[in-house]
Amino acid sequence: MSDVALPALADAPAKTEQTETPARPRRRLPYLQAAPMALVFVVFLAIPLLLTLMVSFWEYNEYEIIPAFTLQNYRDVFEGCGNLADPCTTVRTYLSTLKFCALTLAFTLMVGFPVAYFLAFHVRSRAVQMALFLLCTIPFWTSNVIRMISWIPLLGRNGLVNDTLRSLGVIERPIEGLLYSDFSVTLAFVHLYTVFMIVPIFNSMARIDRSLIEAAYDAGATGWQTLWSVVVPLCKPGIAIGTIFVLTLVMGDFVTVGVMGGQQIASVGKVIQVQMSYLQFPAAAANAVVLLAAVLMMILGLTRVIDLRKEL
Amino acid sequence: MNVEVIQLTKRYGSTLAVDAIDLKIPSGAYCCLLGPSGCGKTTTLRMIGGHEAVSSGAVVIGPRAVGDAPPSERGTAMMFQSYALFPHLTCRDNVAFSLRMRGVAKAERRTKADAMLDLVQMGHLADRLPAQLSGGQQQRVALARALVTGPKVLLLDEPLSALDPFLRVRMRVELKRIQAELGLTFIHVTHSQEEAMALSDLVVVMNGGKIEQAGDPRTVFERPASAFVARFIGGHNVIALPEGKVAVRADRMRLGADPGAGAVQARVLAVEYQGASVQVALEADGMTEPGGLSAVLDDATFAGRPLAPGDRVALGWDPDAAHRLDA
Repeated sequence: MSDVALPALADAPAKTEQTETPARPRRRLPYLQAAPMALVFVVFLAIPLLLTLMVSFWEYNEYEIIPAFTLQNYRDVFEGCGNLADPCTTVRTYLSTLKFCALTLAFTLMVGFPVAYFLAFHVRSRAVQMALFLLCTIPFWTSNVIRMISWIPLLGRNGLVNDTLRSLGVIERPIEGLLYSDFSVTLAFVHLYTVFMIVPIFNSMARIDRSLIEAAYDAGATGWQTLWSVVVPLCKPGIAIGTIFVLTLVMGDFVTVGVMGGQQIASVGKVIQVQMSYLQFPAAAANAVVLLAAVLMMILGLTRVIDLRKEL
Repeated sequence: MNVEVIQLTKRYGSTLAVDAIDLKIPSGAYCCLLGPSGCGKTTTLRMIGGHEAVSSGAVVIGPRAVGDAPPSERGTAMMFQSYALFPHLTCRDNVAFSLRMRGVAKAERRTKADAMLDLVQMGHLADRLPAQLSGGQQQRVALARALVTGPKVLLLDEPLSALDPFLRVRMRVELKRIQAELGLTFIHVTHSQEEAMALSDLVVVMNGGKIEQAGDPRTVFERPASAFVARFIGGHNVIALPEGKVAVRADRMRLGADPGAGAVQARVLAVEYQGASVQVALEADGMTEPGGLSAVLDDATFAGRPLAPGDRVALGWDPDAAHRLDA
């Protein structure tokens, strides 16, 4: 038997070589096609990240930063954090940022899910769906900062909302908490990031076979039962992707919290920005590394619950 | 339960999908709605199942007209063409879905679902997800899911069309077995006349939103009501004679010696060997027929007098086999 097999084996390498020769230039092409994006990633993401990690171990004083290897910057970040009764600044800052994350997530989901549902299940024509999507992106045609600033004349003490309510006689004195408060920060976040929730959820919903909805109806499911037992479970990957967008955007934010919070509300991004403005780069870098680790852990936790590969 | 539709009509804007059809399906019958795509058979099925609003007319299931009642109140269950299994649920949970919607307790749900899966021989794969199953296995799960609530009428929308030919024949046998075992009324939509012949007690041939003929398969094959039915059901030649059109079964055509009265000269276009029989495609002067004429000879007869494309031969038929067509 081996007698018969041997010549076949001897033939095999020769054959593959023959087929490989013409295929070789073609096999290089995909790498070339991916190269520009890979280059951008390396130059603008991987290298800066490594530099940040490196600088986070350096020393600094009022005048200069000194290449070294010290864990002092990380010690500073977590200084006094062992005491749970009176949390340190870092923990309180993270709690505040996490609170905004939770609020933004809840509201973008509450607003985004029905919008995605409407677009996916009630709008029949593809053209109308696209038009309505473009409508959702109109806010993005102007800069982030301008969009936030335009909330000020609306929500300010003598802004449009207070004026209207006063002239209608609903309130006597202007409501103070409209602007420069947790409310205004959350409002701005929801306004900015709902689209990031709508798109992935819509994407998941568009893939749901309509006959599944019919099958649920055939099985005697009510509208709510179909929503909870069929639509929501099948939208989980979309919800997870939207959640990742919102989480990373809110966790790293310092502009929105700054402008809408009247520079009075702490956030992790704000801490880093302040340290940067005082040229305390190693401290800022250490904070950034901790933030990155925190966000990555949250995303890791999320992917444990939901299999995102299904969506890709 | 018997099913009756009365003047059932479905309009989409100005187009008429189903045109005032009347049909009675006796209890426990296996009924096949047969026709080309766009003939209104699926729309009819969906109206019976409560998945499509009725434009006018009525659907009566058992003793009462069902009106706009949802499927679960009609006593019908539907098996969808693409199976429509919930991809996020295991086979067992798919089968138990409708029980869960009705608030049946978990233990009871599980017992019933497992019993149904056993009936379709899928008990051993109860914990798999639909994506981990083959087409035939998904089909069985879909059948179990449709049967679990004990419907009186099962509606099947082209259930076998996604399967390969070998599996299709096996599932056909299975469907018939389950139907006989449970004594349910099955209404099965198909565009395959072979499937309809093999399965049904009642074949309903539809075309252009209307019923062309409804009857047992033998009647439909022996005495097609119209040229359309004769052509669609296959195995027939529709021949225009001065006194009107007749349908003659291809296996009753005579070739060569003793072609009978009214024989004509024909030219052989093609010869197809099919094992037990040989199909000869022919062309005859004054007998134009869109599908062409064909004659089916048994292999021994053909071997005794072989023909080749281009041969000229006398073509006739058994006078008894000619069936008059109304249209």
